[in-house]
Amino acid sequence: MSDITVHVEHLTKKYGETLALDDISFDVGKGELFGFIGPDGAGKTTLFRLLTTLLLADTGTGSVAGFDLVKDYKNIRNISGYMPGKFSLYQDLTVEENLKFFATIFGTTIHENYDLIKNIYQQIEPFKNRKAGKLSGGMKQKLALSCAMIHKPEVLFLDEPTTGVDAVSRLEFWEMLKRLKDAGITILVSTPYMDEASLCDRVALMQNGRIMTISTPGQVIRNYPLSLLSVKSSDIYHLLGELRDYPGVHSVYAFGQSAHVAFSAQKIEPEALSEFLKKKKHESVEITRIDATIEDCFMELMNSPE
Amino acid sequence: MKRFRGFVIKEFYHIFRDYRTLLILFGMPAIQLMLFGYVLTNEIKDAKIAIYDPSNDVITRKITDKILSSGYFILERNLSTVDEIDPVFRQGEVKLALIYEPGFAQKLEKTGRARIQIIGDASDPNTANMLVNYATGIISNFLVSMNSEKVPYQITPEVRMMYNGELKGVYMFVPGLMAMLLMLISALMTSLSITKEKEMGTMELLLVSPMRPWQIIVGKVFPYVFLAFIDACIILALGNMFFGMPIIGSISLLLLESFLYICMALSLGILISSITNSQQVAMMISLVALMLPTILLSGFIFPVENMPVIMQVLCHFMPPKYYITIIKSIMLQGNGIEYVWRETLILMGFTAFFLGLSIKKFNIRLTS
Repeated sequence: MSDITVHVEHLTKKYGETLALDDISFDVGKGELFGFIGPDGAGKTTLFRLLTTLLLADTGTGSVAGFDLVKDYKNIRNISGYMPGKFSLYQDLTVEENLKFFATIFGTTIHENYDLIKNIYQQIEPFKNRKAGKLSGGMKQKLALSCAMIHKPEVLFLDEPTTGVDAVSRLEFWEMLKRLKDAGITILVSTPYMDEASLCDRVALMQNGRIMTISTPGQVIRNYPLSLLSVKSSDIYHLLGELRDYPGVHSVYAFGQSAHVAFSAQKIEPEALSEFLKKKKHESVEITRIDATIEDCFMELMNSPE
Repeated sequence: MKRFRGFVIKEFYHIFRDYRTLLILFGMPAIQLMLFGYVLTNEIKDAKIAIYDPSNDVITRKITDKILSSGYFILERNLSTVDEIDPVFRQGEVKLALIYEPGFAQKLEKTGRARIQIIGDASDPNTANMLVNYATGIISNFLVSMNSEKVPYQITPEVRMMYNGELKGVYMFVPGLMAMLLMLISALMTSLSITKEKEMGTMELLLVSPMRPWQIIVGKVFPYVFLAFIDACIILALGNMFFGMPIIGSISLLLLESFLYICMALSLGILISSITNSQQVAMMISLVALMLPTILLSGFIFPVENMPVIMQVLCHFMPPKYYITIIKSIMLQGNGIEYVWRETLILMGFTAFFLGLSIKKFNIRLTS
């Protein structure tokens, strides 16, 4: 009991006819950095609102730090920090006023918990007299995280904290999360960015309100049942279609400038494929064997029937 | 308590950083008061008249003098033929025409009967009616004074308008304006500020905090109690200074009743915000569902007694009506609580009802 912070069993939530969450069950251990990975509409935000007691589940039970989601919602609200997906601070208040306000309503002061947020807050402190609405995306996230942290929560719920934030700030943000985790805080974070999965201790891959798999990022990749080739060509548009017709190919997806070709077993020889593509008049063909990324795994899980 | 203070301070930041809010809060009372006071007056003063007086004798001149010296009318034109009346009216300046019969004094002398025709420009029926009444009144007064020695029996009504001897419009619109503005500021502003938190997503954060919902609500509303109260004082002061609106009764009772009314309007604002999720809807509801009835059904502009029965029944559900009754009674008649306790109780009832309903409606969670 004591080493499990968040425990959820068979949560289901409907909005009218739409099934937003479908039989969700998982456990998050104390001090774990747990990621929910999935595209928009996967149900991540709904799940976070259930966990922060903002919404009630239709069926299923759950607890945060041993407090029941329904009965003990007041306790949960005391010990959790929540950062909604949409930037939700007071735009007409300055950085410092926002932080001060959230400290006050949680019955604490900036001074009291300054150590906890120091690393994050120091980066935006030079702008403390600027209105929150005038901050850049990265700075807004830092401020929002500072505000969510100011009362020293046991559990942090971060709903898509890095959406709309530049690559450098995203990296910085994850480093901050690592430090918070080291301070013993349990963190649940959701993100649509697959590449962020590897930064979590464990991830749940979500799609259409269901959790497809829960595992460590490494294990998710090791469980990938197929072999992968990355194929580049000058004509990526036709490449995708022609690769799908190649015998033995299981699936083809565009990954930026290259195509990821998945096939079962070792049937495909890169050399033969290369010949095939040259015949189809593709120039500067590059074929490399690659390891699967979380995104490859996600695509595979999404398409494989249960 | 510290939480609450922090919350209220934050709310004041919001208000003072939004110049539009400030403008509505403090500009509107002054502007409305001036508008109603100077522009929308329905008192008659210096209405222009035209006179056709073919007989031009002692009596017609006397009557004309009486009418022109009353202060209600000034002579725009002396007509030379009856046919000029229509074009003169069409020009729009002249509101009333007086036509004496030829040989007016002689006829009066011989037959005891002479005729004056009064023609009003009824394209504005209210004004026309009033002008005709004034003119008729002046003429019959004149007749009475002329006959006073000859006629053996006479009944003279001595009219005295109590509490508003000069039938001043201010006496009516200052209370009405207070009812309207306090309702607007309290209900509209609170419902807007609460729905704004919902729209911005900050309500989510507040709900997840250890603040109890009622603390959030009271914290949001508190500054507006204060500001609306200041507004009430501004209107009273301006009304008194610029328009001579008297405050005969106890000022503290007046302020207490205003405070009660503000609380009522605030609880209504809370109710609106608890059933809506967007500022726009809240604004629509506040304006359409509150403002219009406040203006039309409270007896502010149109007397309740003249309305159809259904509307009269509806009027009983309009809290401003009771407030207007109360403050008129205090300001003009100098009455104490013993005369207005019933209305006060009704206002309290409204407040309790709205508050109870909104507490029941307020969600400790998100409704979406």
